[in-house]
Amino acid sequence: MSTIYILWLRELKRYSRSRVQMIASLGQPVLYLLALGFGFGPVFARAGNGSYLQFMAPGVVGMSILFMCVFSGISILWDRQFGFLKETLVAPVPRMQIMLGRTLGSATVATFQGILVFIICLAAGLRPHNWMLALPQAFVFMAMVAITFAALGTAFGSVIKDMQGFPIVMNFMVMPMFFLSGALYPLSHLPSVLTVITRLDPLTYGIDGLRGSLTGVWHFSFALDVAVMAFIAAAFLSLGAYFFSKIQI
Amino acid sequence: MIRVENLVKTFGDFTAVRGISFDVQQGEIFAFLGPNGAGKTTTIKMLTTLLKPTSGTIELDGLDPMQKQKEARQRFGIVFQDPSLDNEQTAYENMELHGVLYHVPRKVRAERIENLLKLFELWERRDDYVKQFSGGMKRRLEIARGFLHTPKILFLDEPTLGLDPQSRNQLWTHVKRLNETENTTVFLTTHYMDEADRVAHRIAIVDHGQLIAQGTSAELQERTNSDSLEGAFLALTGDSIRDESASSADNMRQVARMWRR
Ligand SMILES: Nc1ncnc2c1ncn2[C@@H]1O[C@H](COP(=O)(O)OP(=O)(O)OP(=O)(O)O)[C@@H](O)[C@H]1O
Ligand SMILES: [Mg+2]
Repeated sequence: MSTIYILWLRELKRYSRSRVQMIASLGQPVLYLLALGFGFGPVFARAGNGSYLQFMAPGVVGMSILFMCVFSGISILWDRQFGFLKETLVAPVPRMQIMLGRTLGSATVATFQGILVFIICLAAGLRPHNWMLALPQAFVFMAMVAITFAALGTAFGSVIKDMQGFPIVMNFMVMPMFFLSGALYPLSHLPSVLTVITRLDPLTYGIDGLRGSLTGVWHFSFALDVAVMAFIAAAFLSLGAYFFSKIQI
Repeated sequence: MIRVENLVKTFGDFTAVRGISFDVQQGEIFAFLGPNGAGKTTTIKMLTTLLKPTSGTIELDGLDPMQKQKEARQRFGIVFQDPSLDNEQTAYENMELHGVLYHVPRKVRAERIENLLKLFELWERRDDYVKQFSGGMKRRLEIARGFLHTPKILFLDEPTLGLDPQSRNQLWTHVKRLNETENTTVFLTTHYMDEADRVAHRIAIVDHGQLIAQGTSAELQERTNSDSLEGAFLALTGDSIRDESASSADNMRQVARMWRR
């Protein structure tokens, strides 16, 4: 337990000590929110779909969590480069605990980041349909998305050995996962190929959960989203733990 | 305590360790010497579960470190050749983290951290971030950290690299004391022959991944007809400088690996 705790704490310290990074990582969601949210607003409204900002804000919250998780996972690479990773890998504790501490730390930080972005969305005009219900439900989904993708980030960080691998992960895994998740457009009436792909994307269920919680409009349902996310979280945690246990220096 | 037989490690088509065998008894201080690139660090990495051997067997206190990783890790402590500190945390936090990972009870931990940081003259700087430390201070912190728990086997990979004479002296005095009072087995590498001569009970010399001689300092000197360990070392390993061309080849290999993936 203390192993998990001390590594969890390390992630939190790292986050809270670098204000610059905290602010920098808010830049992207804000840009999406302003440029796309207000930019596509008129078209979206004319198509009879209501407020685009309302629609895409949950997607932006999900995005910020996803990216934060992947960046945290990639910090394994920095720890490898600066040598600290060795120190944890030779310690007489199960690597599983080290992986869990790191991953839960990333997830906590990412959830916090998601909450910050959520607050920014509120300032930009997002209005939850029912505060009492929306907040706890949205929090559940934020945490689930965070844990799922923090675990995936750990898996990536364990497998790739140097920074050159990072763009591959970003361009071929993370960006597609974001763009194919329905974060930016509705999932109904898509071409059938895209429908299949979006349903295979784990982020889809997290975004739908967030959107459903906050705006009351679900593509799937609360139960389905929770079930799928829980399953994927478990799968990715196992995957992350497996790859982490195989790291060689 | 440490038993190695026919240990081999290859990286791609390069063989870094080619069939090394040796035995280290409990309570022995064993120096593992060799020119740059001889395969010392690679051997230590295999002994400490960081690398999987290509072939050969290892026993640490009767355990195979690849089969019983956690049990093996409980038996050793290590000071790495390369940096392994967390730069974004303070000196004290680094020590604390290590203490937690190695299950040093809280009270003992606080006490030992204070003693060790004082011993290596870092106590005043305990709340500074490691990234603000000089190279030698970082090195001292790594060593202080290595002594925080008391393992059965201590691996020291060029521990004195970049240290001033005072700190070196502290280090070896401490190592000898641990060896005498706790019967700690010590496996060390260094490029300073006088240090090996001073502390090691037995010395092995490796070159190009092969073990070419082992024995006490006196035995090695006698075998080579030299009057110092340094002389014996040079006689055994020749006096040409080892080209580290491997590093550029490494880079090429890494790029190649990227493309293959
Ligand atoms: N991960 C790796 N990939 C490819 N080659 C490697 C790797 N690690 C080490 N080598 C090569 O293995 C050889 C032995 O390296 P090692 O670090 O064990 O040497 P060493 O004896 O510790 O030398 P030094 O005194 O310089 O520390 C070197 O030629 C090195 O380039
Ligand atoms: Mg070395």
